[in-house]
Amino acid sequence: MSPHDGPHDHGAHDHPHPNQPDLEDAPLAYYPAMADAVAELLIEKGVFTADDLRSTIDYMASRTPALGARLAARAWADPAFRARLLADSKAAAAELDIDTGPAPVLVMENTDAVHNVVVCTLCSCYPVFLLGKSPDWYKSRNYRSRVIRSPRAVLAEFGTVIDPAREVRVHDSTADMRYMILPRQPEGTEGWPEDKLAALITRDALIGVCEVTAG
Amino acid sequence: MSQSPKDPGDVRGAIEAGRRHHDMGGRDAGPVDRSQHAHDPWENKTDAILRLLADPARGPVMRIDELRRGIEEMGPGIYDELSYYERWIASIATILMEKGVLTADEIGRKIEDVRARHADAPPRREGFGGGTR
Repeated sequence: MSPHDGPHDHGAHDHPHPNQPDLEDAPLAYYPAMADAVAELLIEKGVFTADDLRSTIDYMASRTPALGARLAARAWADPAFRARLLADSKAAAAELDIDTGPAPVLVMENTDAVHNVVVCTLCSCYPVFLLGKSPDWYKSRNYRSRVIRSPRAVLAEFGTVIDPAREVRVHDSTADMRYMILPRQPEGTEGWPEDKLAALITRDALIGVCEVTAG
Repeated sequence: MSQSPKDPGDVRGAIEAGRRHHDMGGRDAGPVDRSQHAHDPWENKTDAILRLLADPARGPVMRIDELRRGIEEMGPGIYDELSYYERWIASIATILMEKGVLTADEIGRKIEDVRARHADAPPRREGFGGGTR
């Protein structure tokens, strides 16, 4: 199989790939070559197919913070759904045909008394099926080291100042337990349609480093 | 790596002496850099390889915590030298060799093949491996 078809061919799927420099004269770097080598060997051995790889790349590209935002907006609009989401996110998300992925996801609710924020101090565990790939800062040494010890100072770097009267809880993720934050609904947005609510909810609010504002 | 702290009451010292470089919660560090790089196709491919291998429908072939162990065992030098998805693909290869799914020889030869094909016919635009990070 040529490297230019099979797992590398996006076929009819024609999205742009930003940050792809001119490669014509550059030798292929070692680790990118390793990724191709491992993929080709696993396909040759029948562990998965080229189609599996292609469709998985596309499926993971379809996972974006808009999914987490839809869940949060529904939770704001529907208290019964909110209770189900907090109790069992997988089952609640399935009501909206949203896949939370193989790892359990706990949804932690921000209130007037408590602000929650997520980290993975040991690596980079993240609710990727609900939020897409994690931002670079989430994986950075500085965030992972500091947010668990000085959360208010780190949140302030994101422009988020938490009232001293509110407790701050930091949730440390693992390979087997992920967290998503249900932000507080901004005042004045009660009764808004869900899609309008969802548009207010950012990735960073679902990680807990920001709060949601009505714009 | 672990060594006894001099003062038995020095709990923090004991924790620091016993922990490895990836275990960074609570350590001193600088401000959070919020700049973002766009993912190269080979990074998305590496991500997809892991998802497929970790799919319970395939066994799974390897689990997410095994990916993590492979990364943690790299040692501080390599860990900090490699980018995020470089650590991933290196760990995936290591774990697959441990499990006997792939051999070091196969991977080495295939990397040479891939690079030779790239040198003969570099991709004009998008899709293939990607040469930078």
